[in-house]
Amino acid sequence: MKLLTTPLCPTLRASAAAVLACASLFSTAQAATPAELLSGYTAAGGGAPALARGQDFFTNTHGREWSCASCHGALPTQTGKHAATGKPIAALAPGFNPQRFTDTDKTEKWFRRNCNDVVGRACSPSEKADVLAWLLSLKP
Amino acid sequence: MMKHPFPPSKAHAMSSTTTTPMARLVLALLALGGPIVSAQADGNTRQVPLLPAYQQECGACHAPYPPTLMPAASWTRILDNLSTHFGTDASLDPATAKELRAWVDTHAGAYKRVREEPPQDRITRTAWFERKHREVSATTWKRPAVKSPANCSACHTQADQGDFNEHNIRIPR
Repeated sequence: MKLLTTPLCPTLRASAAAVLACASLFSTAQAATPAELLSGYTAAGGGAPALARGQDFFTNTHGREWSCASCHGALPTQTGKHAATGKPIAALAPGFNPQRFTDTDKTEKWFRRNCNDVVGRACSPSEKADVLAWLLSLKP
Repeated sequence: MMKHPFPPSKAHAMSSTTTTPMARLVLALLALGGPIVSAQADGNTRQVPLLPAYQQECGACHAPYPPTLMPAASWTRILDNLSTHFGTDASLDPATAKELRAWVDTHAGAYKRVREEPPQDRITRTAWFERKHREVSATTWKRPAVKSPANCSACHTQADQGDFNEHNIRIPR
C-alpha cells in the first residue's frame, strides 16, 4: 500500500480535487488543515469556540493526575515532555509546529487517548473546538 | 557491516544445538581471522530494523524499545491492553494493532537471557536491564533530564532509531 501512495499521487496533481481523491484512495491518513478541523468541531459542537475556555481546559486538571499541560506545557509553543517517560514532545500549537492538526485520524486518535487520560472520558466537540481555537491563537 | 548471523529471535534461538550461537560466531570469526564487527557481548542489543508503524506509534511517547528485550508473551499482554498502558491510554486502531502484533511476535526475544517474563512486563525489570545499568547511580536516575528508566533517549542518544550502542551513550549532568 505504501508503495502505491508515493509514486501514483504526484501524477494526479492536475487538480486539487484529484489530489484529495488520491489521498483518500491510497492513504489511511486523512489530510486536513487545522482550520478545517476547527470548523468541523465547531459545527458539531453547535456554538462558537471560546479561547479562554480552551486555555482553562488545557491548563487545569479534571479530577485526575494530569492536565494537557502536564505533557505539552502550559504554553504549548515549545517542546513539552511526557509526564511519565520524559520523552520530548514537539510543540503542539500549529503556529509553532506546522505538522500539528493536519490529519483528522491522528487528531482524533490523540484526543481519544489523551482526553481519556486527562478527563476520564471522551472530549465533546465543543471542548475540542475551544482547545484548538486557543492553540491556533498562539502565534510566533 | 556484518550481519549478525544469530539474531536473538525465535527462529534462530531454536537452531541452537551443542555450542551456543555466540561461541560458534566467535569460532567462525577467529577462523576467518576477521574482527568481531557488530557482535555485542550479549547479542541482545543487536539492532532490529524498526517497523515504521512501531517507531511512529510506540515511539511517540517513549523510545521504540527493541522487541528482542522481552519474550512474546510479555509483548502480547502489552498489545492486548494498550488502553491501560502503564497508566495511559495508548489504544490503537485494530489494523495498526494487528500489524504491530505480528512484527513484535516475530522479533520478540526467545533466547535464554530474555525467556523469562519480567514483572509487570517492564523491560526495566528484566535481570538483563538491571545488570546492564547497575553502574548508574540512584542520583543519576533522578536527574530531571533522565527522570525515568523508561526515558532511554536521555542517555542513549540514538535510541529513537533503535540504536543502543554504548558508544552513543551521553549521560546528562
